[in-house]
Amino acid sequence: MNTAHYKTWDEFTEGIWRQNPVFVMVLGMCPVLAVSVSAVNALSMGLATLFVLVCSCGLVSLLRRMVPKEVRIAVYIVIIATFVTAVDYAIQAISLALYDALGAFIQLIVVNCIILGRAEAHASKNPPLPAMLNAAGMGIGFAIGLFALGAVREVLGAGTLFGITLFGAGFQPWVIMVLPPGGFFVLGAWLLFFSWLERRKLRRAAPPMEAGQHV
Amino acid sequence: MSEPSSTDKKVIPIAVAAPEAAPPESPTGAMIRTLGLVSAICGLIIVGAYQGTYDAVAANKRIATERAVFKVLPKAKSIAEFLAQPGGGILKVGAGETAIPAGSVKFFAAYDESGKLAGIAAEGVGKGYADNVRIMFGYQPDCQCVVGIGVVSMRETPGIGDKIITDKEFLANFTALDVKLKADLSALANEVKAVKRGSKTNAWQIDAIAGATITSRAVGKAINDSAQALLPRLVPKLDTLATKS
Repeated sequence: MNTAHYKTWDEFTEGIWRQNPVFVMVLGMCPVLAVSVSAVNALSMGLATLFVLVCSCGLVSLLRRMVPKEVRIAVYIVIIATFVTAVDYAIQAISLALYDALGAFIQLIVVNCIILGRAEAHASKNPPLPAMLNAAGMGIGFAIGLFALGAVREVLGAGTLFGITLFGAGFQPWVIMVLPPGGFFVLGAWLLFFSWLERRKLRRAAPPMEAGQHV
Repeated sequence: MSEPSSTDKKVIPIAVAAPEAAPPESPTGAMIRTLGLVSAICGLIIVGAYQGTYDAVAANKRIATERAVFKVLPKAKSIAEFLAQPGGGILKVGAGETAIPAGSVKFFAAYDESGKLAGIAAEGVGKGYADNVRIMFGYQPDCQCVVGIGVVSMRETPGIGDKIITDKEFLANFTALDVKLKADLSALANEVKAVKRGSKTNAWQIDAIAGATITSRAVGKAINDSAQALLPRLVPKLDTLATKS
């Protein structure tokens, strides 16, 4: 029981940290770079992807025993496209300004490789609950990644966060950060930071491991 | 690893016509059934989402248009949508109609609290630096001038081209931009045009933003083209719009 519980928890946290889609797997870069110009856009895109991911993985997992393998990709795409359409309507209903800001990238969630990847690699082999938990973890990880980029770019490039001005009138916005090159700069900086963290962890863990594992 | 076939020895050469069963293949029926079922479920979900959000989406679109009109005509309290037809007629557009017949120009008549005409708003498009710049402008019949602009959509460079919505000096161009018609009402008396910053001498010119000349010109062209198409048809019929119908 304890191990099962641990496994479920692990399933959930995998996407948030160890296999973070943005910073570890570097997947779905197209929307990541394109919509992360502001914290609100990035977070909305992350939440939209999270919703599509959880719903489609749940449905794929429910249908997993009856989908013949020859048509599985077609079935997954239809299911994913369905939830993307639903999200598309929902965002239009919530805010047209947000809908315009996200542009074609909402529809393009259909071809986001994280979602099809999760459906194929995980949801089609696991019961609904673990599949949805894993998908939720991945979605949250994706949203965190997007938000990390969006917040930094908005603060540097516009001097605001969630539209609230952070600095005095003397602040000169670093405009390039909200332009496409800025996306690459900030993503590169975050990747550097995470690989530095990883190396430091390895260095710290190394000496005791060596001592313990001497044969 | 597949199972080793032990019947090799007994194979008769003539029996090649009936091949051995390929690796387990799903029956076509099952595939069609699954695809049909999945499509049916997905269809239901989409219809549900569409129906569930329809009212909210329509209300949002209406609010967005109203907000854009109210921004350029601050006195307005309600709006009505009209089409200026090629022959010179004015046609009221009912709620829910979105298709615009070719050659017609869409505009909004804005009314104040007492139901009197507060101004006319129309959209215009000009080619900007990155993409089309769509603007909404307010027209005041009393002075025959443009009294305000707002941006409907644009993809201009942040911090440079998008100054057209924040730059106070630029927006000051649109407190009384002259769009008078010629005496015979056939066309604008003067072309609305963006000129180099600081060289504005006439009321129909727009002082461009330094460094954002292309975007400024796009705004000028958007107003000019739209006014050129709309005003000759609209001005002779203005009295029919004077009060809210």
